[in-house]
Amino acid sequence: MTRYLLKRLGGAAGVLLVLSVAVYALFYLVPGDPARLACGDRCSTQQVEQVRERLGLEDSVVAQYGEFLRGVVAGRDYSTGTAVLHCDAPCLGFSYKTDQQVTQLILERAPATLSLALGAMVLWLVIGVGTGLLSALRRGGITERALTVLTLAGTGTPVFILGLLLLMLVCAYLRWLPFPSYVPFTDDPEQWAWNLLLPWLTLGLYESAKYARLTRGSTLETLAEDHIRTFRAYGVGERAVVARHALRGAVPPVIALSALDFGTMMGGAVLTESLFGIPGVGKTLIDSVRQVDLPVVVGVVLVVGVAVVLANVVADLLYAAADRRVALL
Amino acid sequence: MTTTPEPRLAAASPPGSVPAGDAAAPAAAASGARQVWRRLRSRPSAVWSAAVLGLLVVLALAAPLLAALEGQDPDTYHDALVDSARGGVPIGPLGGVSGDHWLGVEPGTGRDLFVRLLYGARVSLLVAVGATVVQVVIGVLVGLAAGLGNRLVDSVLSRFTDVMIALPMLVLAIALTAVVPAGFPRPVLLVLVIGLLNWGGTSRIVRAQTLTLKQLDFVAAARLGGSGRWRVARRELLPSLAAPVITYAAILLPSNIVIEASLSFLGVGVKPPTPSWGQMLSTAQVWFRADPMYVLLPAGLLFVTVFAFTVLGDAVRTALDPRAAGRLGVGRRGKRGPRGPRKAVAATGAAPETTSATAPAPDSTPGSVPAPVSGSAAPPPGPGPASAPPHHDAPEDPAS
Amino acid sequence: MTELNDAPEPNDPTEPGGPTRPPTNPGTAAEPLVRVTDLTVEFTTDEGTAPVRAVDRLSFTLAAGRALALVGESGSGKSTVASALLGLHRGTGARVGGTVRVGGTDVGAATDRELRALRGAVAAMVFQDPLSSLDPYYAVGDQIAEVYRVHTAATRRAARARAVEVLDRVGIPDAARRAHARPHEFSGGMRQRALIAMALACGPRLLIADEPTTALDVTVQAQILDLLHELRQETGMGLLLVTHDVGVAAESVDDVLVMREGREVERGPVADLLGAPRETYTRTLLAAVPRVDAPLTRGPEPAPEPESAGEVLLEAVDLRREFRRGRRTVTAVDGVSLTVRPGETLGVVGESGSGKTTLGRMLVRLLDPTSGRLRYRGTEIGAASEKELRPFRRELQMVFQDPASSLNPRRSVGESVADPLRAAGALDETRIVRRVRELLERVGLDPDRYDRYPHEFSGGQRQRIGIARALAAEPRLIVCDEPVSALDVTTQAQVTALLAELQRELGLALVFIAHDLAVVRQVSDRVAVMRGGRIVEQGTVAQVYGAPADPYTRRLLAAVPVLDPAHAAARRSARGELPREMAAV
Repeated sequence: MTRYLLKRLGGAAGVLLVLSVAVYALFYLVPGDPARLACGDRCSTQQVEQVRERLGLEDSVVAQYGEFLRGVVAGRDYSTGTAVLHCDAPCLGFSYKTDQQVTQLILERAPATLSLALGAMVLWLVIGVGTGLLSALRRGGITERALTVLTLAGTGTPVFILGLLLLMLVCAYLRWLPFPSYVPFTDDPEQWAWNLLLPWLTLGLYESAKYARLTRGSTLETLAEDHIRTFRAYGVGERAVVARHALRGAVPPVIALSALDFGTMMGGAVLTESLFGIPGVGKTLIDSVRQVDLPVVVGVVLVVGVAVVLANVVADLLYAAADRRVALL
Repeated sequence: MTTTPEPRLAAASPPGSVPAGDAAAPAAAASGARQVWRRLRSRPSAVWSAAVLGLLVVLALAAPLLAALEGQDPDTYHDALVDSARGGVPIGPLGGVSGDHWLGVEPGTGRDLFVRLLYGARVSLLVAVGATVVQVVIGVLVGLAAGLGNRLVDSVLSRFTDVMIALPMLVLAIALTAVVPAGFPRPVLLVLVIGLLNWGGTSRIVRAQTLTLKQLDFVAAARLGGSGRWRVARRELLPSLAAPVITYAAILLPSNIVIEASLSFLGVGVKPPTPSWGQMLSTAQVWFRADPMYVLLPAGLLFVTVFAFTVLGDAVRTALDPRAAGRLGVGRRGKRGPRGPRKAVAATGAAPETTSATAPAPDSTPGSVPAPVSGSAAPPPGPGPASAPPHHDAPEDPAS
Repeated sequence: MTELNDAPEPNDPTEPGGPTRPPTNPGTAAEPLVRVTDLTVEFTTDEGTAPVRAVDRLSFTLAAGRALALVGESGSGKSTVASALLGLHRGTGARVGGTVRVGGTDVGAATDRELRALRGAVAAMVFQDPLSSLDPYYAVGDQIAEVYRVHTAATRRAARARAVEVLDRVGIPDAARRAHARPHEFSGGMRQRALIAMALACGPRLLIADEPTTALDVTVQAQILDLLHELRQETGMGLLLVTHDVGVAAESVDDVLVMREGREVERGPVADLLGAPRETYTRTLLAAVPRVDAPLTRGPEPAPEPESAGEVLLEAVDLRREFRRGRRTVTAVDGVSLTVRPGETLGVVGESGSGKTTLGRMLVRLLDPTSGRLRYRGTEIGAASEKELRPFRRELQMVFQDPASSLNPRRSVGESVADPLRAAGALDETRIVRRVRELLERVGLDPDRYDRYPHEFSGGQRQRIGIARALAAEPRLIVCDEPVSALDVTTQAQVTALLAELQRELGLALVFIAHDLAVVRQVSDRVAVMRGGRIVEQGTVAQVYGAPADPYTRRLLAAVPVLDPAHAAARRSARGELPREMAAV
């Protein structure tokens, strides 16, 4: 088990290394002068040169990447002639626009993203799995037909359409809620929840369609298996057969997929955050892309990479724990 | 040896005896394209979704004609049609619907909405189809190479595929669009970005299918008959790969439409003045109180398109593999045909079977196990279930 | 379902309570345990075709404590009958007519509740595939306990104790500990024991066993059949055995009912029916069953063609093959040496996991040997590259086990057979088609079905097509890997006859791999017995079957079911005296 974990984490580190190389190469080899970008349009040539020196842009690409990597592991110093700018251990550089440390920037934005993802996950587990089960059990009825159409429609609907319609309906017409604006949990838990209600609903409903399909599929698959017949043939009631045996088969994939989705969302539910103006990691990404703030873009992509890779490891572990037949090699 | 008189023709097996396997010939049900067509046509959902999509394609193709018919073009501003005092809300009912502007005008600019929606359809369909083609081509090539190559090739390619699947494609796509020079044609860029980032699912399915097929006896028989590697691939493998690839492409297409719309919504996709549904919806965020039509029209079109594609994809999947669909109760409901008794088949796998607490047979791991990045817990090189369609592993979601 | 015309009778609802065995109900004492009257089961197929009648007006009774076998080939409807006894067709869309009474309950008219009380407590079922019949997620003991608690008011703890008790009873060693194991941690034989334990849990009066040993090796099969016999003697429960294997029936039951196409062909006491069948179909069926005690039909010595006497076609020396399983290495074939002479048949027999299939595939070089030598007509081909192999490829052919996977479902059968001809490139199109038609005709198929697809053929016909394809390459040696094990017994006999005929005609050498000792005996000149990747014994058929030297061979032979019930009983008691060293399989 420990051995497996070490192996997986080693593999994950390898993946991240490859990703960092690819991302670094892509973003620093693109046309355009990074020093000019970092400094801004109103910089003089001299100032640009200063920035170039501070960022070490004169060095070879490989050396620059080495520095970058060293910064991530051990932190690094940027020296501008006299002044030395220190950047702490997981150093992803400084934002071109705000001169803030990228790591710090992302950490500041993480709670909003986490809030959004957690609430959404609760919703998709309840609504999605519930709907899936219901439609698996009410096979042949009108309930199933309706649910099938609903989930099919839900699978395809882009999340921002769902969000926009909810906004229109709930905030503009019914006026049940004011237009949401993010309030940190630490400031006011109640306001935090009220303001996140709509984003949660949007993301949760959107993901629910996928989970409903998954749950329905695995439940039906299990119901068709031979061991279900065994328990029916032994007089076990239909409800017990479904609850104990059919449902059990649906659990591992749902758990594993949830872990994966949660991980991906930690990298920012870009569309939802952007639509509701939630200052999370995803919003940061899209803002920095608009401003061509390359260090932040690189940083976010790498952080997302870490989240996803870890989520994969967790998903596999959970899957193996839920389905004991899977041996961790 | 007791030599019974050699039976001829149908007498080879006792009449009426239905040998096991007859009912379960792998993919036999999907053999004829004509049969698939017939099954598709017999499903009302398939027919109407195809009709909707057909209409959409015709409208998109005929956009210039229809624009001429209406007497409008997508780029002309009509300041007179918007109420500048109220910030640019279209004048008139339902967002300025009139004989000249059939679906009203865009708030703020007064551009004709009908024509812009049609041109938006062109962009959406073009990008989605283009990206799907790129995904399928890369996916099939990589998957085939992994499935047919030696151990090293396979492990490198599969690991690469795993990474591609695991990476959050929307984030990467956003990031990539940031670094490409502004002069690069955006639709082409979108095709490339979506296509190059999202081929992993196809590749994985093709590889799994190839590995499964490779194990089947008819491939061994072809080798014994003197067929070389490429002859085997072309004659024995490719025809059987068509069904899962088509099925998967049918899932990819609507998902690519959504990705394009999402990127445009975020302002990193198609750039103005080229019209695009996602981009309209992005602008509409500001207008939805004053001009709901401006939200509802592009949203409705996008929804209908994606929904129709999804329904059609589902129907295609059912038509190509009715057995799997029947098992999942997708097609007909509640009924299950007679199950022929399983036949006596002593387990004689090519490799010694492992008893007790080892990994389960590959096919007992649900096909829906999410993509592991590396060294998966599920038995990695094991072939998946024969001709199993991608049940619920939808392609990369532009999550959130 | 249920247009069952039910004669109102004092319906004594079986108490869903009896802790071990419900007391025999006085009201039903006179009634047989099972009474099936005019049972008809129809399945509606899709797309509006006529319903398939799986069982057609079948009637029979089974008295308490007696054992009846339903014997038939695939498609005879025998398993459908078994399911009908427990009302398992309810809710599946199948149409059931006639009456079925089990233990005093009218299965068709019973409420769901009554039916549940019947299932497991009065009549319990053992299924064919023990792995898929148990829930992979729960411990075996828990699953048995769950069933027990459904029918009794037992506490969780008492139910667990009962589970351990029955597991112990069916011969699971260290039952208390093993009860915590999940099904995949059991071997095939143990799983079937566990299923039987589940059946025993509530002390049913009737055990329905649907092909209970079909998925098992012959030695394990013998143990399971012995166990069933023992349990029956001990508890006095009735047995309804569904099987395709007449030998299994002969070992286990008092009466036999032969079914075909959903109808009864013949029924009677087992000795009478097997000894003196009245119906033609029964006679054909029995004649087709390969037997280890029938007189040998092939000459005691192979009759090599004069000019090739002593010549060796294929020689394997110390052949080994390893597979990597994660970090472990598994040796599938462990130093096998053998020779095949022109025109002879070498039988290779072994249980699952013995490495016989791996060996077969190495002989035709579909698999590369890890080490050892393989000489074909004097040329070393064990390590030859694909290119060096080319001249020999076509001379070494194979016929595969599974007729469903050995033909490409997307290519017409003619094209499949033509493949070797096209690959060779020696013939033009017209000649290829003509040759394929000849071959199809030669193996007993209509050449006009050239353009048909595999799913339009029956299993036996597909196997013929596979043989035609092998012949197209004009081989000298064909390795047949379980060529008949997926076929019904009458089809089996026809296919082996065809192979023998072709062999005589074309002077082919055959390597005949099978798990069925009787089939191998019937078709082979010489036999090699494999176990754990090694050949434990090799010799002529007369030697190996007549005077087996190796204890494993002896055990194998002792386990083969025989058709004579008296003989079977004698063998059973002989087996009982053997040390129970294999009990844990």
